[in-house]
Amino acid sequence: MRVVAALAAGVVFGAGLELSQMTNPAKVQNFLDLFGTWDPSLAFVMGGALAVTTLGTWVARRASRPWLAEVFAWPTAQGLDARLLGGSALFGVGWGLAGLCPGPALANLHRADTGVLLFVAAMVAGVALQRFGSARFPGQLAPARTEGGEPAAVGR
Amino acid sequence: MTDFTPVASGTGGLLIGAAAVLLLLTLGRIAGISGILGGVVARSPGPMAWRVAFLAGLPLGAFVVAQLQGGAEIVVGASPVVLVGAGLLVGYGTQLGSGCTSGHGVCGIARGAKRSIAATVVFMLAGFATVYVMRHVAGGGV
Repeated sequence: MRVVAALAAGVVFGAGLELSQMTNPAKVQNFLDLFGTWDPSLAFVMGGALAVTTLGTWVARRASRPWLAEVFAWPTAQGLDARLLGGSALFGVGWGLAGLCPGPALANLHRADTGVLLFVAAMVAGVALQRFGSARFPGQLAPARTEGGEPAAVGR
Repeated sequence: MTDFTPVASGTGGLLIGAAAVLLLLTLGRIAGISGILGGVVARSPGPMAWRVAFLAGLPLGAFVVAQLQGGAEIVVGASPVVLVGAGLLVGYGTQLGSGCTSGHGVCGIARGAKRSIAATVVFMLAGFATVYVMRHVAGGGV
């Protein structure tokens, strides 16, 4: 049942990415090109998504537990730090260069486009590099704290 | 040039939001793609099946919509070398920064999380600056 719910969420998410044209790198790069061929469409993606998630988060915060799990895995990290801001800056540069972020890149895999495949392979390598690099040198780089779905913790 | 598509993009945004809420209310999980992907790559503790199912659903849903729209085309303008570099930056950066457009931009801002608001401002500004340099300083060769 948990797997069915996760699959359904993934399918709807992917459908939304395609319908919104977040999956089209040209569209994303034009959104980011404020002083050129600016296409503000993708601001509507964020607006539409936030309208629903803001309401959904409000509901979830008042629920005692999720329907199919024990607890809500709310992120626990607090405060701004160099990892958050530096990592986000690196991500933004890559996003601008390719016009792809993680969700749309994975959603595009059904196209079997060589460029998309190259990007996804490099992206997975980048994920592994950071995850395993920080595990190997714990003194220099603390393990990733994620807002993005892990780890499970109760709070907020 | 791409056409201004506020209705399709806004509707797509509603679907993205609905998917994130579905995952939150059923599994209690944040629909952050980079976090879920990182969990699979690093084999994070806990059940793995839901992560794989969610990620597998992404191309499935996109495929269905693309077919309904008569095989929508995408334009990947970057060269292979740039795509590899960009992929590495996106993969590494989202793990270091604990999230991407979905986890920070869509889910985190909805919670009013300061970290997510800051991260979103930073990656948006970095994206604007990168495309500006690429197209208006470097001459649009990328």
